[in-house]
Amino acid sequence: MVMGAFTLSDERTAAGRLPGLWQGFAATLARDCRLRFRRRSELANPLIFFALVVTLFPLGLAPDSTLLASIAPGLLWVSALLAVLLSLDGLFRDDFDDGTLEQLLLAPQPAGVLVLAKIVAHWLTTGLPLALISPLLAIMLSLPGHSMGVLMITLLLGSATLSLIGAIGAALTVGLRRGGVLLSLLILPLYTPVLIFGAGTVRLAIEGAVLTPWLALMGAMLALSLLAAPWAAGAALKLSLDG
Amino acid sequence: MWPIIHKLGSPKWFYTMSGRWLPFLWGSGALLIIAGSVWGLAFAPPDYQQGDSFRIIYVHVPAAILAQSCFAMMAVCSVIFLVWRIKLADMAAGAAAPFGAAMTFSALFSGALWGVPTWGTWWVWDARLTSMLLMLFIYLGIMALRGAFASRDGGARAAAILTLVGVINLPIIKYSVVWWNTLHQGATFSITEKPAMPASMWLPLLLMVLGFYLLFAAVTIARTRNEIIRRQPSARWVRALAQGGRNGL
Amino acid sequence: MQLDTRKLGCERDERWLFHDLDWQIGPGELWRVEGPNGAGKTTLLRILSGQMADYTGTLLWHGEPLSHCRETFMASMLYIGHRPGVKKALTPLENLDWYQAMRATKGRARTRRDTCFQALEAVGLAGFEDTPVAHLSAGQQRRVALARLALGHQSLWVLDEPFTAIDREGVRQLETWMMTHCQAGGSVIVTSHHDSGELFPSSDVLKNLRFDGHGGVHIER
Repeated sequence: MVMGAFTLSDERTAAGRLPGLWQGFAATLARDCRLRFRRRSELANPLIFFALVVTLFPLGLAPDSTLLASIAPGLLWVSALLAVLLSLDGLFRDDFDDGTLEQLLLAPQPAGVLVLAKIVAHWLTTGLPLALISPLLAIMLSLPGHSMGVLMITLLLGSATLSLIGAIGAALTVGLRRGGVLLSLLILPLYTPVLIFGAGTVRLAIEGAVLTPWLALMGAMLALSLLAAPWAAGAALKLSLDG
Repeated sequence: MWPIIHKLGSPKWFYTMSGRWLPFLWGSGALLIIAGSVWGLAFAPPDYQQGDSFRIIYVHVPAAILAQSCFAMMAVCSVIFLVWRIKLADMAAGAAAPFGAAMTFSALFSGALWGVPTWGTWWVWDARLTSMLLMLFIYLGIMALRGAFASRDGGARAAAILTLVGVINLPIIKYSVVWWNTLHQGATFSITEKPAMPASMWLPLLLMVLGFYLLFAAVTIARTRNEIIRRQPSARWVRALAQGGRNGL
Repeated sequence: MQLDTRKLGCERDERWLFHDLDWQIGPGELWRVEGPNGAGKTTLLRILSGQMADYTGTLLWHGEPLSHCRETFMASMLYIGHRPGVKKALTPLENLDWYQAMRATKGRARTRRDTCFQALEAVGLAGFEDTPVAHLSAGQQRRVALARLALGHQSLWVLDEPFTAIDREGVRQLETWMMTHCQAGGSVIVTSHHDSGELFPSSDVLKNLRFDGHGGVHIER
């Protein structure tokens, strides 16, 4: 075995044509999705957890459909939030252990963009399926039919925000051996606005109120975290690798 | 600009200077708090609605104000530490965190005590108390994160990033909790937004707030000084200081 | 290819690992960083590869501060650390394809793939392209990481203990690659815990940077 095809590209010519931002984003997103689909059994875990927690509440309270309907928005939202939280620890952990995280930060593309690709892959495989199966569980809790659509929309918008904020916590704790509990302690207080607006909007939908301002606010929270979270998570990952 | 920042950031300079400020800060802080307490508890007139129970305000309000100011100060220190890599800023942020958490807890505790005569119960999911509780959790998270790192530098930077994330989030949390509160219950009787307090009531309050600020400054500076010594036990000037101390200087 | 350090220093938890380090790494140079454990070899390599910003002094890439040209620097630097940087659930081909996509200038996915095939062949993994890395032996897994050297984009190689877990023949081969790389105008910075005589026995291009373990660094040309 000889390195026959060995060529050394000169960085002076390379400087003119750097690897594309989009190419790096797409390659990382594709790789992460492929990895997640290769472990299909793990893919279902947050969904099963979501369904289980929702099942626990009627057992702990009472099988009274009016009671359940009145607390359903909050209950579904809290369960979905916990499911997202549970999946966060694995966001960077594997990459940290096998050294691909180190290599990700060494890529010429800005760290924030590549971290965003990983977060998008996380959302596609947790937040999105959670939002899609939520109407099923909502029926079991006798949530009024006309608010199903709103529930899904708030979960779609909200879970993306949860993934983004959670990535900061996951990045801060990835270098710690027992980071899981600490991660919840750091992230849950930051999740409260998303929970309040998500569950609150569904409640207002049941009452038939005008929802546009609240949905716009949830969109604003998503936009703010899109701007700030990948950058903060990138900085946190750098220090986790240093430590 | 640069030389000034670095002079201020030098632990040795800070240690020498702050040694001179410290007795003044302790003294005036204690004086103001004692004066404010005596005035507020013994001489200020009782509230026409709440009677004497309103006097909890003299602890509750300064504690709540300090809890927030302390977070703001930690955020400023975190920016200085992350941008200019001045370790003194991190030491100050680390020194302030437990004080801020204690103030948040005092505000919550005094709020709960106040709830008994006002609402007839220890805890009400009032917007202020709830956002205070969440702030306490954020304080605890920052302290836990700093302690979880094996390397001090790593813990310092992690805590700084989390402080900044927290300071962006705190107003959002606060407004969302207010909205949540109005969504779920009618406007409750607010304990701090009093219509025009007479001067005999708010002057002692002002004294207390100022006294708490001075106490905060004194505690933070004293803790930062300890941290400086703890981090650089082998620095030449620290050794000289220890020698001087032994010789009764 | 030219990397310079000016008065480079690094302090970790109030202890100076090294300071005032002036060092020039020019084209065609093969540098070995040696020293006792905990002296700061890995830290130095992490700083030189732009992973740590927590240092004093300046790093110049072609005479320009590193912070001003991060993108071009990262595109022409290859770092292999203690951790292999290989995903076990993916195949060697998928692993390399990701690296190739992150570094290669715009190109068709097909030519990208061809380059990966050639690199895997060069490290003796022909026929294993589509076997998940988890099913390969430890030595083969290491070769997947080393195949990145054969992708051939970067002029500066920063290799932290690359000789770990490979057999005698593999060590010789890796040495040959490094020397070929230097002859082609590239540069290599490498650490290893082998004795000086053991590595590069036939080479007179090797230069040493030695940590004495007491905060001193000696450059031996």
